[in-house]
Amino acid sequence: MEKFTRITAVAAPLLRINVDTDAIIPSREMKTVGKTGLAAGLFAGWRYQASGSRVEEPGFVLNREPYRHARILLSGANFGCGSSREHAVWALHEWGIRAIIAPSYGAIFAGNCVRNGILPVVLDYAVVEELARQVEADPASRLVSVDLVDCAVTAPDGTRHPFTMAAADRDMLLEGLDGIALTLKRDDEILAFQGRDRLRRPWIYL
Amino acid sequence: MARTIIDKLWDEHLVADLGNGASLLYIDRVFLHERTGSVALKELAAANRRVRNPEQVFCTMDHIVDTLPGRGDATRMPGGGEFITQTRAAARAAGITLFDIGDDRQGIVHVVSPEQGIALPGVTLVCPDSHTCTLGGIGALAWGIGSTEAEHALATKTLAVRKPRSMRIDFRGRLAPGVTAKDMILALIGAHGASGGVGYAIEFAGEAVRALPVEARLTLCNMGVEFGAWTVIIAPDEAVFDYVRGRPYAPQGQALDQAIASWRALHSDAGARFDRELTLDCSTLAPQVTWGTSPQHETGIDGAVPDPALEADANRRQAMERALAYMGLEPGTRLAGLPIQGAFIGSCTNSRLSDLRAAAKVLEGHKVAQGVRAVCVPGSSQVKLAAEREGLDRIFREAGFEWRESGCSMCFYAGGESFGFEERVVSSTNRNFENRQGPRTRTHLASPVTVAASAIAGRLTDARHLAG
Repeated sequence: MEKFTRITAVAAPLLRINVDTDAIIPSREMKTVGKTGLAAGLFAGWRYQASGSRVEEPGFVLNREPYRHARILLSGANFGCGSSREHAVWALHEWGIRAIIAPSYGAIFAGNCVRNGILPVVLDYAVVEELARQVEADPASRLVSVDLVDCAVTAPDGTRHPFTMAAADRDMLLEGLDGIALTLKRDDEILAFQGRDRLRRPWIYL
Repeated sequence: MARTIIDKLWDEHLVADLGNGASLLYIDRVFLHERTGSVALKELAAANRRVRNPEQVFCTMDHIVDTLPGRGDATRMPGGGEFITQTRAAARAAGITLFDIGDDRQGIVHVVSPEQGIALPGVTLVCPDSHTCTLGGIGALAWGIGSTEAEHALATKTLAVRKPRSMRIDFRGRLAPGVTAKDMILALIGAHGASGGVGYAIEFAGEAVRALPVEARLTLCNMGVEFGAWTVIIAPDEAVFDYVRGRPYAPQGQALDQAIASWRALHSDAGARFDRELTLDCSTLAPQVTWGTSPQHETGIDGAVPDPALEADANRRQAMERALAYMGLEPGTRLAGLPIQGAFIGSCTNSRLSDLRAAAKVLEGHKVAQGVRAVCVPGSSQVKLAAEREGLDRIFREAGFEWRESGCSMCFYAGGESFGFEERVVSSTNRNFENRQGPRTRTHLASPVTVAASAIAGRLTDARHLAG
């Protein structure tokens, strides 16, 4: 998996609460069994003028310069709520997003982010709003830095906003770890568990 | 030390403490469907990894499969056929059990898994589907995951999980007649918001929960994810043990006795501490209906569309304004009486036999109003067969409902079937997001009883006031 350490980039404000994964990638845009070919469908319902069309809605933030080159997304509480579709994260990643800054996330979405090289930063909404205000003054030059080594976001004016992240998730992103390979190293423990459990709960073992 | 039901299930499934606050939990059952399971199986095979215990992994066709009578692999969804054929091939190669099109065990994953006795009290069950929390209704610790995590569960029989904070919600009092589990969960989300449960594993408890039949508990838990919860659970009781008895994959005979004896301990100890406790008075609840584009945008059917100007929080206000523009509604409009063009009964929320019976009771002897397209999609092939044995299909058909094969159907739009542009639909599903049921389709979530009553009247209707 791709690692995340730090980026300094254009940040796009999408200051809405409860942005659901149906909005991030509508089901109709998931046309193949796979993780790719999804960027064009990102936010399709908001980005384009009609369902199925590719005529851009000029007012939508990601259709405007320099937000077309954003690598960071600023949003409201409960970002990525709803459907578990990992396609939402694959679409964001393929489009170019590497970090999101929001007050909270849908649990499955946040888990999907850290398994695909996207950092979901949790900061108070007041901070998100302040970042957006600073960025909007001149988005091309007023960049935001997100540093996972130091666990801090730096605003365009230099203000530092520390954030916390579960250590396991942080390690996963920093090291670009393969979760399955890590767990398979514990094969003995899994087999030992099954041995004990089979005696205790035999009905589980079909 | 007094433990919560979640503590007990966590401890029972703990394979290893990973440090860093993470636990390696044993996963008893994995369920997949053709929409998101397909990619998990494909990627796993591509990485030359195998499914560790294929006999404990199940798959169904529900999201993409057509629900029109006489269906096969062809679907109206662009690219849909590929999901079906690739899932079938991958499931066969992996040696897992597939409930394929034409199999009478096929159906919506969260309807099938308790129905077949695959989800049981006390099991850990994961599925790459957000509504996996449904199975908390029978006392399973079940939660939705992504496809990459599904690969992990398939390859290792475990998941690395951080233990969420704990919450208990006490649903107090007794429901009035005509008010259902769907109304309870909508009211909870309305009261505390769609992110009210973010970061929590939640026990649903209280008199109103205990009084719910098992299928209604599945409905209540189904929308736990719409509350933002990591998952939700209800302590299993005699009603659940009776429900489980005789299910195809459930333990039988002595094994069942042994299982039930262990399941009786699955409740929070007296004095167990929760990080947060909430209460909801159910005795005064009216049937609930949504007016906006988040499940938190809801009120009693006897209520009115709220005025965003009165909302102090700017974020919520803007979301409300966007929602009203999308829904074509003005503040102050009474919800009861709003003309509708569509009525949908189905989905993993409300498509079980008891849901269809309740709706049929309202529909019997009535006709769907002119100009309303009404569709009923049983949650599983077993539900459909049982309903047909009772003659419910006849009641639905004679009322003017389409009677479909089982699947997720028009709960979501994937480029195939939908309700029309800016059409107003009353739906027994779980999500009223923008464009969820079709391009600019306006969804009002409600119970099957409210959907049936509204279909007859041609407008959002309080079933309690429907003249016999």
